[in-house]
Amino acid sequence: MTLYVILEGVIAFFLVAGGIFAFIGSLGMAHLRDFYMRLHGPTKATTLGIGCTLAASMLYFWVTEGKPDIQEMLITLFLFITAPVSAHLLAKTGLHQQLKYVKKTSGSPHELRREEVGEKPVPHPDKGHG
Amino acid sequence: MLDTALWISLALVVMALLMNVYRLAIGPSLPDRLLALDTMYVNSIALIVLLGLWLNTKTYFEAALLIAMLGFISTVAVCKYLLRGDIIE
Amino acid sequence: MIQSRSWLRTPLLSILLLIVWLLLVRSMAIGHILLGGFLSIIIPLVTRRFWDVQPSVKKPWLLLRFVLRVLADIIVANLEVAWLIVNPWRRLKPAFVEYPLMLEERFTITLLANTISLTPGTVSANLRMDGKTLLIHALNVEDEEALIEEIRERYERPLKEIYEC
Repeated sequence: MTLYVILEGVIAFFLVAGGIFAFIGSLGMAHLRDFYMRLHGPTKATTLGIGCTLAASMLYFWVTEGKPDIQEMLITLFLFITAPVSAHLLAKTGLHQQLKYVKKTSGSPHELRREEVGEKPVPHPDKGHG
Repeated sequence: MLDTALWISLALVVMALLMNVYRLAIGPSLPDRLLALDTMYVNSIALIVLLGLWLNTKTYFEAALLIAMLGFISTVAVCKYLLRGDIIE
Repeated sequence: MIQSRSWLRTPLLSILLLIVWLLLVRSMAIGHILLGGFLSIIIPLVTRRFWDVQPSVKKPWLLLRFVLRVLADIIVANLEVAWLIVNPWRRLKPAFVEYPLMLEERFTITLLANTISLTPGTVSANLRMDGKTLLIHALNVEDEEALIEEIRERYERPLKEIYEC
């Protein structure tokens, strides 16, 4: 009996943690000030939030049905593999479009200096795998 | 206890989705909107999983998996298009 | 085919595909195993042209330790970033950091870039064309040198040990 109470607590904890992480990721995206900072919230906090939610769901069905089903792990795994890739591509797109960044950002990558890229962005010249 | 947790989680995810819509609407640049759309995919996966918990069924996991894959592919495709002006070279 | 065993050149990939297939159909029936086995042999053959050469894992136990460390880092650092986002008195100091790469292989650079993107606070933004530096955007940096040093010690050196040396 107590085991079920503990398990229920764990599942509830994972559910709430997942919700909070998803919320914070989106909050970061909604209110941070430039694109590069906004990129940080969703790609990681939200991914972890989904991970927590899926863990809760897996645990729940494990408890109710009595046998483990790791199919949900597939989604988690897939998201953890793809999140950095899409983040990288989005950052590259932002650099390519020369989006503005806030003044206090230190360091200035040469991808963003106007005198080096010119007024209009040119397509990336590397071949394949780009 | 589980019901309460489920409600809290649902409320948080729905608020997250609303903020994504906000960013999607105002987002000053194209990559911003793309990022909002990508996050929306991920949040809707959470919503579907929660729905599955709510209805006590596993039927929706395939849907979640499909959204995860299509979301990633479409984000990459649009990024490629913005980067290179072409998707398949 | 030139090599005699070329239909099974990537056994790990085949096994992984088979496992994923069985998880997807959620069944262990003999028909599914046969179909999955067939697909997991065919798919690597068909997509072979798209794969880069993958360096072999030299020290598997180090790889395991690396994965566990990255998972722990993801959780801990996520809490930090969550706090940075919700804390109303924060003073964020974002920065672009150029990270000089020590790795040489394409595959390991990809792994490093993904690790950097997954650990919060940093996103790898661009790999320069010469493959020597990685442009990183960080959410809150006090000291760029310290950040570079941390990434080098925590992630790059283990990766180099696992795959390249």
